[in-house]
Amino acid sequence: MSEVIDRPMLEQEAPAKSRLKIIDCDIHPSLHARSDLNPFLSKRWQEHLKTYGDHLRTPYIGTTPYPRSSPLIARRDAWPPTGGPPGSDLDFMRKQHLDPLDIEFGMLQVLDMFIFSQQNLEFGAAIQRAVNEWQLAHWTSREPRLKAAILVGQDDAAAAVAEIERCAKIGQYLQINVSPRANEPLGRRRYWPIYARAEELGMPLGIHVGGYGGHAPTGGGWPSYYAEEHQSNAHSMAATLTSLVLEGVPEHFPRLKIVFIEGGFGWISSTMWRMDQHFERFRAEVPHLKRRPSEYVREHFWFTTQPIDEPDEARHLRSLIEWVGVDRLLFSSDYPHWDFDDPRFAFKTPLSEEERAKIFNSNARALYKL
Amino acid sequence: MARHIVARTTEIPHGGNKVVTLDGRDIVVFHVNGEFFALLNRCPHAGAPLDKAACVARLTSPEPGVYQRSRVGELLRCAWHGWEFDMRNGQSWFDPKRVKVRTYPVVIEDGETLAKGPYVAETFPVHIEDSYVIVET
Amino acid sequence: MAATRIDCDIHPAVGGTRTTLLPYLDDHWKEQVVSRAIDGLDLTSYPPNMPLSGRADWRPKNGKPGSDLSMVQRGAFDQLGASHAICNVLYGAQAVYDPYMAAAFCKAINDWIATEWLARDKRLRASIVIPLQAPDLAIEEIERRAADHRFVSVLVMAQGESLLGRRHYWPVWQAAEKHRLPIAVHAGSQYRSAPSSVGWPSYRYEYYLAEAQAFQAQLLSLIYEGVFLKFPQLKVVLMESGVTWLPAFMWRANKTWRGVRVEVPWVDREPAAIMRDHIRLTTQPFDGPPDAAGVADIIDMIGSDRMFLFSSDYPHWQFDGDDAIPPHLPSAIVSRMCADNPLETFPRLSLAA
Repeated sequence: MSEVIDRPMLEQEAPAKSRLKIIDCDIHPSLHARSDLNPFLSKRWQEHLKTYGDHLRTPYIGTTPYPRSSPLIARRDAWPPTGGPPGSDLDFMRKQHLDPLDIEFGMLQVLDMFIFSQQNLEFGAAIQRAVNEWQLAHWTSREPRLKAAILVGQDDAAAAVAEIERCAKIGQYLQINVSPRANEPLGRRRYWPIYARAEELGMPLGIHVGGYGGHAPTGGGWPSYYAEEHQSNAHSMAATLTSLVLEGVPEHFPRLKIVFIEGGFGWISSTMWRMDQHFERFRAEVPHLKRRPSEYVREHFWFTTQPIDEPDEARHLRSLIEWVGVDRLLFSSDYPHWDFDDPRFAFKTPLSEEERAKIFNSNARALYKL
Repeated sequence: MARHIVARTTEIPHGGNKVVTLDGRDIVVFHVNGEFFALLNRCPHAGAPLDKAACVARLTSPEPGVYQRSRVGELLRCAWHGWEFDMRNGQSWFDPKRVKVRTYPVVIEDGETLAKGPYVAETFPVHIEDSYVIVET
Repeated sequence: MAATRIDCDIHPAVGGTRTTLLPYLDDHWKEQVVSRAIDGLDLTSYPPNMPLSGRADWRPKNGKPGSDLSMVQRGAFDQLGASHAICNVLYGAQAVYDPYMAAAFCKAINDWIATEWLARDKRLRASIVIPLQAPDLAIEEIERRAADHRFVSVLVMAQGESLLGRRHYWPVWQAAEKHRLPIAVHAGSQYRSAPSSVGWPSYRYEYYLAEAQAFQAQLLSLIYEGVFLKFPQLKVVLMESGVTWLPAFMWRANKTWRGVRVEVPWVDREPAAIMRDHIRLTTQPFDGPPDAAGVADIIDMIGSDRMFLFSSDYPHWQFDGDDAIPPHLPSAIVSRMCADNPLETFPRLSLAA
């Protein structure tokens, strides 16, 4: 069957008529320059940012040792005509993404500055505050469709909780974000004060792929290629899910809702089957678990859909969706990254109206209380 | 078949492209070393605009660590997911038989010929001293 | 006549270095082992007393599960119905840092299994245990066993020091290919670094689940480094890896390759196609969905009936009862996985003794 698209293009990216309003659970805004954070930093940290800068568990100060397949990991058409990196220009984001795709709400995920991985913890605390303020000043106050998250460096739990308190008082943030590539697996007790606050505040915990926790991207050593490292993100998410469930985070924080962002969802069903398969044999190690692991997943976890899986046969995508459960899925685009999912084309299997409404809107609406 | 004048040959530099709308379709015209190629400006994967694709060499390899380059600039790496397409025939790298971009025949004609007609009159000014890129849809 | 059913993964257990392996060490290592009390190489991955390490009815009164030959024979052959079985010794000689000690201990394991197991039961075969951290010494060990066709594969751990596709291991794969030995990648970690990309797990349960990701990373390494292009006859068998993660993993690999191919242009076809030709998996554990329709879906998604190899993982506790075949497998798969696929995967394995 030929996959040649050959249909007339009627209008050049005009705003779509509202058929289904979409909630996009993963949009990446960018700084124009790091100095954009200066208004939100004390003189000391402005100076530090300029001189010492990042201190991460990685060899280079300015780039990743796994070069991406396109500049700044971005779509080549996402560079704003006014200058600046992809994702740095709100007007262009509106014109290219929010308006034509009829995005009702977009959840911001800031990757700049590697909040979650800074070795200098005081510096990390300063820039996490700056980034959280920058989200409001530059994005959400100017564009009501965009929603901010409280980003916290999880490896300094005390500072993280303090930042959560500060931001919660402002009331403009919809979730609390940590990194899956932390110093330890996220289920470990040292991170629980963050989860306790998230549960008390009724805010979802968002976990977006990435970070420099200092461990190799695999359990067997360091890969040579971006092709390997890119796929390792899904593995990190599976290991993170396992840690959270097995350590008893959902058991201990029953009202906590957890969102996995940019991990895709193809790996989830086999991970649940594997957890359940071996539960009885290992049960003595985890007596604190009162239920089967997959039950915790189905009640406490949500997963954004990008990067969507692309089986050769569309009906297999259908199986993946049903195995995870439509209620667990939240559409995300990952704009402006290269492996972005366009909501018009990403799902190559038919969805019922009800399924479409849930995945593209109502699941996220309920989770984030929009 | 309709013939459309889309550009003067001097208008599109080597390595560059021009996007035009013909019969309601977005068509991108590339120029590589004196040759012109026209493709539908939509990637068959997810609809990305191919005018923003990277124009790269055809890259093959007989063994790890050896990089063979040919036909520099004639392969497109789609602006979004990086799928590779051959400008000449629209074929994708990974599945040339089943996944391709629609291509359109291109001819170059000089102004003197065109001034005599026939061509689709889209108010494109024609000067007999110039050469023109014609796309057939 | 009993049907051919080749169990591709059973685990005879080494009692100890100073006991089981001592007769197979040279004088230098004998003295080191005794005078320095060097022993106890049971992997952190498999504490012998934990339930998974030995099903209750497969634990001898004395000694570790898998340490008693007659008990293993009764279990794997009489009870579970195998006609032949491949021994994969998980005693952690490979994880020792001293490369010469590792080489000596690996040699001792291979000598022991040949003398006390393979020689005593003509239905048994074995994987060659190798000190992969010193590739030249690993090749020596392979060459040492090459003429003994009771050794049918080469054993490595799923989580070692470097990913298996890396260039410095290529001479080892070359030797294996030359002698028609597939590489058996078995669950287990050398713990050179965290056995997971997110850090050190708290529980063995958590660690065990993370092994699935480790196997996937190894496949990506082998494929993207071009190992199967360099060694087109080489096959890799994943043992005790779980199976149902395979389809989504294949699709993600294809998806990534289509966009990032320029990084690895020697990978000349889709990763999933390479996997179907070069990768095999033992069937315990399977980690299947609870229903027959789901299992049928998984098999359909994998798209090859040649990838599955029957195994019991004896004496590890993966199932109850006498049927080691995962539930709901289509009969076409079952008939291939018990004989045809193992014979095709292990060309040195002849059914006659």
